[in-house]
Amino acid sequence: MSEKKKYFVPEPVKVNIKSADEIKDDKDGRSSIFLTVLLILGCVTILFPLYMTIVIAFKSPSEMTNDISGALALPKSFGFGNFAEAMRVTDFWHSLGNSVVITGATIILSLIIHSMTGYAIGRNMNRKKGFKLIYFYIVSGMFVPFAILMMPLVKQTANLGIDNMLGVVILYTVFYMPMNVMLYSGYMKNVPFAMEEAADMDGASAWRTYWTIIFPMMKPMHATVAVLTALGTWNDVMTPLVIMSGTENTTLPLAQLNFQTQFGTNYNLAFASYLLALLPIVIFYILCQKQIIGGVANGAVKG
Amino acid sequence: MNKKKMSDRQKTYIVMVIPALILFVMFNTIPLITGAAYSFTNYRGYGSYDFVGLRNYIDLFTDARVGNSYLFTFKYAIAGTILVNLLSLMLALGLNSKIKCKSLLRGVYFLPNILGGLIIGYIFSFIFTYIVPAAGEALNIGFLKNSILASEKYAWIGVLIVGVWQAVAMNTIIYISGLQTIPAEIHEAGMIDGATRWQEFKNLTLPMLMPFVSTNLVLSTKNMLMVFDQIMALTKGGPAQSTESISYLIYRNGMDGGQFGFQSANAVVFFVVIVTISIIQMVITNKKEEQL
Repeated sequence: MSEKKKYFVPEPVKVNIKSADEIKDDKDGRSSIFLTVLLILGCVTILFPLYMTIVIAFKSPSEMTNDISGALALPKSFGFGNFAEAMRVTDFWHSLGNSVVITGATIILSLIIHSMTGYAIGRNMNRKKGFKLIYFYIVSGMFVPFAILMMPLVKQTANLGIDNMLGVVILYTVFYMPMNVMLYSGYMKNVPFAMEEAADMDGASAWRTYWTIIFPMMKPMHATVAVLTALGTWNDVMTPLVIMSGTENTTLPLAQLNFQTQFGTNYNLAFASYLLALLPIVIFYILCQKQIIGGVANGAVKG
Repeated sequence: MNKKKMSDRQKTYIVMVIPALILFVMFNTIPLITGAAYSFTNYRGYGSYDFVGLRNYIDLFTDARVGNSYLFTFKYAIAGTILVNLLSLMLALGLNSKIKCKSLLRGVYFLPNILGGLIIGYIFSFIFTYIVPAAGEALNIGFLKNSILASEKYAWIGVLIVGVWQAVAMNTIIYISGLQTIPAEIHEAGMIDGATRWQEFKNLTLPMLMPFVSTNLVLSTKNMLMVFDQIMALTKGGPAQSTESISYLIYRNGMDGGQFGFQSANAVVFFVVIVTISIIQMVITNKKEEQL
């Protein structure tokens, strides 16, 4: 009887049930206008600092009066004088070149070294204790803050004669190793071993099989790794600051730090320089927005 | 597959791991060990030095400047983690619902993540020192008239605003990918049962989002604890060392201040703190996931 009662008397009907209209609104998406407007208004918090940077970069110092409009009004004319001057002061092309070389070399090294390590670990960690140990050894590096490595690394790179761009590239390859090896070895779980078996039948060596069949197959993971590594290295200040301080070379962000004193109170020049430093990554972002957002999400969720 | 082939394969696997292992040992493990070793000396970064035992570690606990840096860093990381996760969860819910220009809006909100912390810091430094006071002057709002970065009491809030502004983007993307794993039928079921939006969020969405909450908590706490670029650009630790983060103090006094040994001890403690917090967070959030 009690069983039956339970069956016939369901949950009491809630009073605040949605009206048919509300449900219909949800379905045809009419209720989203309010949210859309709200989110567009929220964009102001993101775009305002960037708008301000652009406007100030184009102005001359005499246009910068002390009230708000002096900083935020549109410039009288759009000249590129500030940019030319900023390029000269910060040696823009040189530091841009250094940043490109460092980021590019780090990505290439990461794709080669981290992918084959991730592959070997991913294929063995469930069968062989040694590989599992190596996996946890490398991945635990994620918790080591740069602050503890910084001072010994400055000494060590100086002793080895790599207190320069090469040293920075090598260090980045080590810093991103934990994350990238984890991503690659995780990816290998979804690749059936039959791929290698088929190649083995044809008499190809394991080394050859890896580079001709497996490496190209890991393309989606290469994209994720390249995006994450690129964003991290491109914007990093601390590593080149402590490692390359003895050399003439700077990276794009480091140049902003080094030339801060030369900008003085000429904010127009400083902002022109900031804008130039932000531009390459913003252009890259506009061109590959999908891959970048996808890569970051992919990396964070898998990692 | 014959035996020889199999052992060749194993050899190749080992060869593949060796370059990474050598690099990792040389540039992660060895500096970690030398750093720990220096922490037992009075090394200044140059010249001769002596072994001083646990002296540096004892001094750490009585050093006011180190204490202050821990206080600031924790205040910053706790407030930052809470703010970042609340804001990014709200943003993700908004950006994942039925709205117009969805991908454009997502693109804009993700923008801060790709921009360098140092340059963003310089831009905000100008906003705090010129724009906000000018606005305070124009609107006659007293507390806005002076730069927040010049105030010993509130400068940390300025640093926090910039840190949060940048960090929200990343967590939002992670929450959005979390929301997309929740099947639409669940929302329909909630609607038919007559759940209010809040009930639906609390009882259906949030529990399914828990793994992503734990990822985000660990991620943002770790990043916030290591704050450096923003400090470098905004305050250089000032005014009166009120915004000196642990990383910044180690850099400042360890590299130039002649405290190589002492700051190495600080770095070792900092490392232990980060590992402990990360482990505690993972254990707690894993338990939560099991309960739900």
